Amino acid sequence: MSNDYSVVGKRVTKVDGFKLVTGRPAFADDIAVPGMLIGKILPSPYAHARITHIDASKALALPGVHTILTYKDVPRVPHTTAGQAWPEPSPYDTYLLDSKVRFVGDRVAAVAAETRALAEEALRLIEVEYEVLPPVLDMEHAMDPGAPLIHDEPDSTGIFDARHNLAAYILQEIGNVEVGFRAADFIFEREYRTPRQQHCSIEPHVTLSWLDADNRLVIRSSTQVPYHARRQVAMILQIPVQRIRVIKPRIGGGFGGKQEMLLEDICGALTLATHRPVKIEFTREEEFYMSRSRHPQILRIKMGVMHDGTIVANHLKVLATTGAYGSHSSTVQGSTGSKVLPLYRTEHMKFECHVVYTNTPVAGAFRGYGCPQGFFAQESLVDEISHDLGMDPLEFRRKNFIHIGDIDNLAAQLGEGKKGLPRTIRSCGLPECVERGAAAADWERKRKAPQDPASHIRRGIGVACSMQGSGIAGIDWASALLKMNEDGSFNLQVGASDLGTGSDTVLAQIAAETLSVSLNKFIVYSADTDFTPFDVGAYASSTTIISGGAVKKAAENVREQILRVASRMLETPVENLTCRGNQVVTKCECKKSVSMTDLALHAMYKEKTQIMGHASHFNTDSPPPFCVQFAEVEVDTETGRIRVPHLVTAVDLGVAINPMQAEGQAEGAVLQSLGYALAEEMQLDDCGRMINRGFADYKIFTAKDMPKLTTILVETEEPLGPYGAKAIAEIPINAPAPAVANAIFHAIGVRFRKLPIRPEEVLRALREKETNEEASSVEPAGAPMSRATRRN
Amino acid sequence: MKTIAIRVKINGEAKEWIIAPGDLLLDVLRREGYWGVKRGCETGECGACTVLVNGRPINSCLLFAAQAEGCDLLTIEGVAKDDTLDPIQEIFLEHGAVQCGYCTPGMILCTKALLERNSAPTEDDVRDALAGNYCRCTGLRKPIEAVLAAAEAYRANGGKKTARAVKARAR
Repeated sequence: MSNDYSVVGKRVTKVDGFKLVTGRPAFADDIAVPGMLIGKILPSPYAHARITHIDASKALALPGVHTILTYKDVPRVPHTTAGQAWPEPSPYDTYLLDSKVRFVGDRVAAVAAETRALAEEALRLIEVEYEVLPPVLDMEHAMDPGAPLIHDEPDSTGIFDARHNLAAYILQEIGNVEVGFRAADFIFEREYRTPRQQHCSIEPHVTLSWLDADNRLVIRSSTQVPYHARRQVAMILQIPVQRIRVIKPRIGGGFGGKQEMLLEDICGALTLATHRPVKIEFTREEEFYMSRSRHPQILRIKMGVMHDGTIVANHLKVLATTGAYGSHSSTVQGSTGSKVLPLYRTEHMKFECHVVYTNTPVAGAFRGYGCPQGFFAQESLVDEISHDLGMDPLEFRRKNFIHIGDIDNLAAQLGEGKKGLPRTIRSCGLPECVERGAAAADWERKRKAPQDPASHIRRGIGVACSMQGSGIAGIDWASALLKMNEDGSFNLQVGASDLGTGSDTVLAQIAAETLSVSLNKFIVYSADTDFTPFDVGAYASSTTIISGGAVKKAAENVREQILRVASRMLETPVENLTCRGNQVVTKCECKKSVSMTDLALHAMYKEKTQIMGHASHFNTDSPPPFCVQFAEVEVDTETGRIRVPHLVTAVDLGVAINPMQAEGQAEGAVLQSLGYALAEEMQLDDCGRMINRGFADYKIFTAKDMPKLTTILVETEEPLGPYGAKAIAEIPINAPAPAVANAIFHAIGVRFRKLPIRPEEVLRALREKETNEEASSVEPAGAPMSRATRRN
Repeated sequence: MKTIAIRVKINGEAKEWIIAPGDLLLDVLRREGYWGVKRGCETGECGACTVLVNGRPINSCLLFAAQAEGCDLLTIEGVAKDDTLDPIQEIFLEHGAVQCGYCTPGMILCTKALLERNSAPTEDDVRDALAGNYCRCTGLRKPIEAVLAAAEAYRANGGKKTARAVKARAR
């Protein structure tokens, strides 16, 4: 998209880049706090048990052990760890420490000691007796009559039906799907399954806390949600918000995992108990089984279509588990319906979902937020339908895509834990994404390319599409503070939480563009609840559009103040002035100007005024970005190994404020989705213990595994976004997995409906296929029979 | 507790550290203020704690500090000269190869070690060199391209690296 912006749309380097490439101490744990103790949490060895006896006296007797907290020592306040806006839609079913444990890794006790070794020794000396309860590990049996109850405590609130282990239940319908199915020429119905995936941010969760000179609790933490964390900690520890300060320094990746308040409460409790600074840092192993994960789902999707490929009804039924606690249970799963189904227009849509508790690791927010599961099902089914109808899968999709001007009423039914707002499509680059993506992937040719009969390698190409949101309509809001210094530099203070996304840079670009000031004049600071104004935090693809909207408004306010000062200095009306190239200049022929530097000094010492502006911003709509992704695969029919040589992403993100960073966001999402497709799964044994608790056994994609990536930014102009921007952070994580599954079908004619697709499963499926083909030689190979149900 | 003294050369400076025999190099480095050495897994898989030991990239979580006795260490803090970035650092920024920055020190050190032994790496060589540096933010395309560009700059300057020369090339 051509524009005449000077900073927006430019591939500028990160404003925080220097400190990152030089390894300066910038992250949460990169400080030495004098007298700091090390905190450790005793994890439950059982999936479901009651603590009948707990005795910490031996551990406390160990010299250097300062305190041990059990459920007897802390306030019992039901809460959720989900870092969401108040009032949180997640159930209040979690306790700082409890007499019941609900998954392997649940908190039993917490210790603070002089050293890590002492803290670990103290954990071993805590005597705990458990009454082991039968666990619920299989989500398909969680609601069975007589199933053990996970949340039988009387004081939890917001649980949909605790007596049936049902954390949340969602039922929404637009039109009447039964009417749609009756009218359909064909009905397709399939079941898909998705795994429990871990965020694997390279920096594990870490929190430091201490009491400052005013006896206030300072919490320095790897959090995406400093303001929510402050509010939650105040409630849990029963101290005023006023007494807490949360600092978010640089964060080593979060992906939703740090939208959970996981350590701030217990670390703060240890500091309050000892009056000493305390640090708790998850080990990688703890990060795997004690933090959060992506909700596993079983998705049953049913579509009614006409002969010509028109979808007339779409019904998605989901069973998901939230693990032991209901963090994000209704909202992640709500997105599985509200952000997925509307991609294709149809009068009749229905979404029904049960989210059950199980005694398994807790699920929570994870980039994509329910959409990777939903799109795996929908985009796989659409591929199956187009194959059975003999249509090109791109043609089939194009026929049904949502359009500019459409109103998505499912969004209105499925808000963040309550009724939402209807979504109007004001910008949509889907057709261009299809066109440019297909060209870059060489779709037409590769789709028809014959297999080499002499080779054991089979090649295929697949496609999948997705949409997402840009912030949560009517809920997400942000503010920004912009202050001019006497040398013409600016402090930009935002609660928006750059967690490695590059949002500090994008927000500075928006301010720089609005003021026509060079980017290097901005000192960006995020985030500190004492010094930066409120922001809900970094989640829901909201920072660029919502926080960016606040920054733009604040900068416009400052611009007005600057022009008023300039008007007095240059003795010309404000209407005759504009900001250009680090100056204020006249529009008329007189060509008078004043530099920002001179103006700033004048304002401060002559006019004795602080040029400073702040603004708040929210949207009542959540404009969706759109994405089309193409995956090529090579399937080794002798080993079952799948290689992805090329992956193309064409994404409509509105205007790219920083194209280089936007590409980075897209490609990082692809990395996580390829892992989801082919390798990543938290595996539990029959006692609910996670088996693969390290990178040796939980495979993530590395430089050796990643394909060639082509990333195409398809820019559209979104009226609701600052400078036309929408969002990029989450959407590209949705479609690579189904695109890979569709490509595998194209390569070998086998449909995988369960992720991840591992070599052993590929090999097994190939052998089964061979056996079946030998058994029924009447059926031509490579043309699976339509399993559609014909309607008369 | 029994302690021992070890002598190392780190980032060109001679140092003597008092350590416990079981201390890991990672812990000692961070304790001594080399905060750029990051803790990611402590099992030698993620590469966030990479330092160069006698020019070779090593996961410092897998080495006892005592084993570094007499060694020449390079951490990320020793890569830039005061405020002048090494060309590798410049190029990583110019190529958008840095996102959260947590794996960046390890990647830059591995790149440095690669270019010292092979100034004309192929893309496969680069992928091999970065395979032990887990990154969850980028899709690795930009870091790989950055290393290839850094190699080109390295060759163009005959191994003599001035930040300005590289910056001009990258633009």
